[in-house]
Amino acid sequence: MAIVELADASGKRAKYGELVASVAFLKRRALVGRVMAAILFIAASLSVLITAGIVYILLYDTVLFFQQVSIIDFLTDTQWTPVFDNPHFGIMTLVSGTLMTTFIGLLVAVPAGTVLAIYLSEFARPRARETIKPILELLAGVPTVTFGYFALFFLTPIFQIFIPELSGFNLLVPGIVIGFMILPYIVSVAEDAMRAVPDSLREGAFALGFTRLQTALGVVIPGAFSGVTAAYILGMSRAVGETMVVAIAAGQQAKIALNPLDGAATITAYIVQISLGDVPHNSLAYLTIFAAGLTLFLMTLMFNLVAFWLRRKYREVY
Amino acid sequence: MTNSADAIKAEKIDEQSLVKKANRQDLRFAIIGFIVLLVTMFILLALIADFMRVGIPRISVDFLTNYPSRKPEQAGILSAWVGTSLVMFTTAAVAVPIGVAAGIYLEEYSPKNWMTDIIEINVTNLAGVPSIIYGLLALGLFVYTLRLGQTVLVAGLTLALLILPIIIVATREALRSIPIEMREAAYGIGADKWQVVSMYLLPTARPGILTGAIVGMSRAIGETAPIITIGALAFIAFLPPSPVQETFPFLNFEWLHSPFTVMPIQMFNWISRPQAGFHVAAAATGVILLMMTLLMNGLAIYIRYRIRRRT
Amino acid sequence: MNVAQRAAIVEVMPQVPTANAETEGPVRARVIDLSFYYSDKQALHGVNFLVYDRQVTAIIGPSGCGKSTLLRAFNRMHDLYPDNRYEGQVILYPEEINIVSPQVDPMLVRLKIGMVFQKPNPFPKSIYDNVAAGLWVRGIRKKTLVDERVEQALTQAALWGEVKDRLKTSAYGLSGGQQQRLCIARALAPDPEMLLLDEPTSALDPIATARIEELVTELASVVTIVIVTHNMQQAARISNYTAFMHLGQMVEFHKTAIMFTNPSDRRTQDYITGRFG
Repeated sequence: MAIVELADASGKRAKYGELVASVAFLKRRALVGRVMAAILFIAASLSVLITAGIVYILLYDTVLFFQQVSIIDFLTDTQWTPVFDNPHFGIMTLVSGTLMTTFIGLLVAVPAGTVLAIYLSEFARPRARETIKPILELLAGVPTVTFGYFALFFLTPIFQIFIPELSGFNLLVPGIVIGFMILPYIVSVAEDAMRAVPDSLREGAFALGFTRLQTALGVVIPGAFSGVTAAYILGMSRAVGETMVVAIAAGQQAKIALNPLDGAATITAYIVQISLGDVPHNSLAYLTIFAAGLTLFLMTLMFNLVAFWLRRKYREVY
Repeated sequence: MTNSADAIKAEKIDEQSLVKKANRQDLRFAIIGFIVLLVTMFILLALIADFMRVGIPRISVDFLTNYPSRKPEQAGILSAWVGTSLVMFTTAAVAVPIGVAAGIYLEEYSPKNWMTDIIEINVTNLAGVPSIIYGLLALGLFVYTLRLGQTVLVAGLTLALLILPIIIVATREALRSIPIEMREAAYGIGADKWQVVSMYLLPTARPGILTGAIVGMSRAIGETAPIITIGALAFIAFLPPSPVQETFPFLNFEWLHSPFTVMPIQMFNWISRPQAGFHVAAAATGVILLMMTLLMNGLAIYIRYRIRRRT
Repeated sequence: MNVAQRAAIVEVMPQVPTANAETEGPVRARVIDLSFYYSDKQALHGVNFLVYDRQVTAIIGPSGCGKSTLLRAFNRMHDLYPDNRYEGQVILYPEEINIVSPQVDPMLVRLKIGMVFQKPNPFPKSIYDNVAAGLWVRGIRKKTLVDERVEQALTQAALWGEVKDRLKTSAYGLSGGQQQRLCIARALAPDPEMLLLDEPTSALDPIATARIEELVTELASVVTIVIVTHNMQQAARISNYTAFMHLGQMVEFHKTAIMFTNPSDRRTQDYITGRFG
């Protein structure tokens, strides 16, 4: 209604030049606009489709898996030997390997990352920051298989000099390398959170005579607390999902990981191991990787949602 | 009647030494921070140096033009880098249009309702999903259910899904950073939303979007886990069919349906072999991969720097 | 479009008498009980006044009084942001349509009513592309017509002489005052029914300001102008009619001469004599 009315009214002025947008043009423009909006919406909805696809495929094959293996066994068995004659399917075995490397990784990345984030946010000059942040970005861009090689052939021998009991495949070195890999993420998210704390709070502290460090620890970190925690959780999520470093340097032995000096399989390394082999489609061994995958997905989903909620929370405060 | 202010003055706080202690504390922390930074950079450099030391001597024209072989001295990465190029091309062709379109929708078109919230949560979550899960998705859905096989096409699609969130976020950031004055001016002259987006916003956001695409592709080049899961083989002693042919229509898409390998897979495979000669070949591949990703990330950083200079 | 052609429009447009006052000439827009809400906050309270055709109407008032809010209602700028609401009517003539009605597409309103902003905001394109932009989005692409119109608009904006030899160079190469005149040319090119100026000189130096004030008085013979200004003297210098706003209400609306010599309301008197604002 509105198009025709306004344009027709403009027709009264049309004799003064062709500067009026014709009704035909306006209708065409509106149509193009609607078509483009639809296309863009479809593209955006694809992300929902992808998640749906992931959930569907993981659930579907896991359900098939649980038709043959009891869920109690899955959660409580202490062995993971799916391809043996007397197979065991205790997922906690793989989870322990994942958690051990993640824990070691966090041991490295949380202190170092926090210190670096504080340093970048509260101490470093803008020019220094401009140089350091790109370096961290470059670090984040290094392919993971490269880190795997580095862990196995470079670091493990060096560590073995100092720790003779360290086996060739172990959890310690991959754990440390993973810590190094997630460092840029932790620094980036934590530093963003700290920089979001308004300067007025800092000035209040300085005016009282606080040192930079006291301000950082007493004012900035509490003020950025949810963002910093979100950084740690995101780092943890990333460490849990890391595949190549552990596949290369942590070994394939599925067992309850109590000793970091020994190797053990993680969830991700196990999936790689099966994928490399010739496992027939829809065999039980094939289904195990989806059950393991679902476990992994649920773990990281939980971490990501918590981190998302935390980041949203701190964004509302200011 | 005590006057507490007088009492404090009477405490005779040694201001000089307080200040000295404070400065020392700050200095100490600054040094610690700097040391952490140095250690980080040192480790990164050690990694690069080690690769270069072992790998560079191995790189030769033969290395680049040979197929993998059972003999370590003859192994080469021809099929691997051709495979990488083809897969990367497919990935870019899928991820960039869809990612940019989705980013435009979320930033410019989407109304503030629950549907949009779900889409946004999905994008954020997908960014944090481990890459191997994408491999499982591809295995179950693309390779088997859709029966597309273990091909270049599937690899390209999988990696495209993987880097989609990166491109979406980069597009949104680029659009968000366009100053409000330009939007108001464009709407002010009577443009409709699509005209504003296509004629003004997108051209201005182009460098930012480009940065995101480069970062995404750099990530995709180094991804190994999802490709392993799909089932890329590492002993591919042939090349996918050429996309160019002599007869009409001069382009064919056979290569999309061909088995393949990529460089990270080749590297992983050689690492898993016992012979030291293969480890050297792996290092050489690693050097090439490192150089590519460092270059691409460096390019993205440079473009971002130029954008900031412009504003 | 020359004066004769413009005069011909006048014959087409109705002279609409108001309920309680005689109109003093052809009317381009009538604002009836216009209220505006930013979410729950009410920013305009029942505004009533007339915009006379081919006259300069100035809106003045202390900061925060709602003058920009009122101006932006005319080209539905508020619709770009969520949770905004209009009540009342703004009737545009000769179409006789309420342009703030939700049934009217804001984009169509902006096709008829142009705006120049406080800070000059040319597009990061050439001078020619900036002025032609308004024509291109209307689907007018014929080169000869666009060329002619670009020249006319730049001439009307008193910029043609300075840029005619560098039409293809970047708009950012111009000075602040020139950029603002470019933005005026850009808004004029599609021959709008009304031109809205939102404090167009507040970001400019005094010389550039004077040039634009001169321009505005000349342009009035070509297009109806509504200008928001925080500078009372500017309003007194260039406008035919003035509206004084305070706290979202239209306190007074008069011929400028009357407003500044003999205002009816105490608040207007206080503002004009500098007691507040």
